[in-house]
Amino acid sequence: MTPELKGFIVLTVVKMLVVFTITLVGVALLTLLERKVSAWMQNRRGPNRVGYAGLLQPAADGLKNIIKEETLPDEANKILFMLAPLLSFVPALMLAAVIPFAAPLPVAFDFSLPVLGRFVHDGLVPMVVADLPVGFLFVLAISSLGVYGIALAGWSSNSKYSLLGGLRASAQMVSYEVPLGLSIIPVILLSGNVSFGAIITEQQTGLWYVLPLFFAFFLFFVSGFAETNRLPFDMPEAESELIAGYHTEYSAMKFSMFFIAEYANIVTVAAMTAALFFGGWDIPFTRWDQTPGLPQTLASGLFMFGKTMSFVFVVMWVRWTLPRFRYDQLMSLGWKFMLPLGLVYVMLIGSAVWLIENMLGVGSPVTRGFLLFGLNLGLGYLIFFIIDRGHVVRGSTARPEAVH
Amino acid sequence: MPRDYSAIIILGLFVIANGILMIGASHLLSATRRTATKIAPYESGMPVLGSARERFSVKFYLVAMLFIVFDIEAVFMIPWAAGFRQLEGMRGLLLIEMLVFVGILAIGYIYVWKRGALEWD
Repeated sequence: MTPELKGFIVLTVVKMLVVFTITLVGVALLTLLERKVSAWMQNRRGPNRVGYAGLLQPAADGLKNIIKEETLPDEANKILFMLAPLLSFVPALMLAAVIPFAAPLPVAFDFSLPVLGRFVHDGLVPMVVADLPVGFLFVLAISSLGVYGIALAGWSSNSKYSLLGGLRASAQMVSYEVPLGLSIIPVILLSGNVSFGAIITEQQTGLWYVLPLFFAFFLFFVSGFAETNRLPFDMPEAESELIAGYHTEYSAMKFSMFFIAEYANIVTVAAMTAALFFGGWDIPFTRWDQTPGLPQTLASGLFMFGKTMSFVFVVMWVRWTLPRFRYDQLMSLGWKFMLPLGLVYVMLIGSAVWLIENMLGVGSPVTRGFLLFGLNLGLGYLIFFIIDRGHVVRGSTARPEAVH
Repeated sequence: MPRDYSAIIILGLFVIANGILMIGASHLLSATRRTATKIAPYESGMPVLGSARERFSVKFYLVAMLFIVFDIEAVFMIPWAAGFRQLEGMRGLLLIEMLVFVGILAIGYIYVWKRGALEWD
């Protein structure tokens, strides 16, 4: 191995440890945050006994889950039953690898270790574990693997609740993967690249994509809720119907791993929303963050963290705002509304870009962004006030004759 | 760069090792006392009725099949979208191409809808 390659591996391992630790600690804190936010929204206290204001609650929960008894149902398919938690844990934690979390940092070192030899690195280090050129394709591929863990957990438990939960979860995740894939195409269309780094750079020079591509953001975020099995789409583990869904038969650490996977997925969806539609680590209204340096990396990392956490908060907020969907409503929302909307939106944005850039000759990304934003407003008006006749906006579909 | 993919392999191995470590630690540290009721499938505390290995609705298979069609279509669109930005002179042609593709897809979609494959009852 050349010294440069060894230097690269050292940097990768450092970044990997940082991201992995932040994800796992973040997931532990999220379980606390979820309970605190729920408590706050229901006007109660939440966990407050373990440590100061309940801050050590996740540690106590984790310890408890390690030393609890593992149950292995008699009729379960033993190998698949053990494998399923791993299959949902591994993809969930690997997804974070391709999301850039801060501005690139210039790093230069040259040192030697007794046995391993010389390590050299000089240049910009992108703050992402793996700066893959395929970027979003990796996310699509790996996030689909999570379905295997859930479907296998449901089937191998050999319990009716688990089976129903697993089936519902796989059908739902598979259905919403289509709008998720479609919602990303307008982003690629504007940025011309599938790598997250390039998408963020494009947003720095123009507008954040949430304005020109508002409906893509909407489709992406809603599909994200369904992909992570969060309310209002938490059909797979609807407590009042299915006990706990696909992890009914699991206990101890194997149960925890499903939880870690779920929360890691929430963090990933929030981080991806921030990266794809809200400029990633971009600090708004300044170009200071585009010159590499240590303060820029730290500040932009903080901004990325803030954006991610605000989306995580929205996910928890929605949990206490919207009731659960019925299963047929969930499926028709995915297949009959979001899929055609995604297809139409891709064609609309494609035609609009062609019209704006090739016919009108607008070169500036900011002007283009505002023109596309106007298009989104028009589309929003069309959907909410003409097709839907204002029902969603008024917050009710009840008509006078339906009340009687 | 191809060496970026090595980072994915390192991360994958690390995550898998961590997962096995966590399950292993829990397996070693936990006390196990198996009783007949504890290892029976959970059915809200009632005696188990029948097996869970029964037939389930064909709808779930249908959704999986539709998913393959539409997801592959989304994947086909990704290179088109990336090319659309880069091939500035050919955009009109590219748009017509995609309109034809989406048009064919829309015919299939309408057929599936009219046949009732998207209904859950």
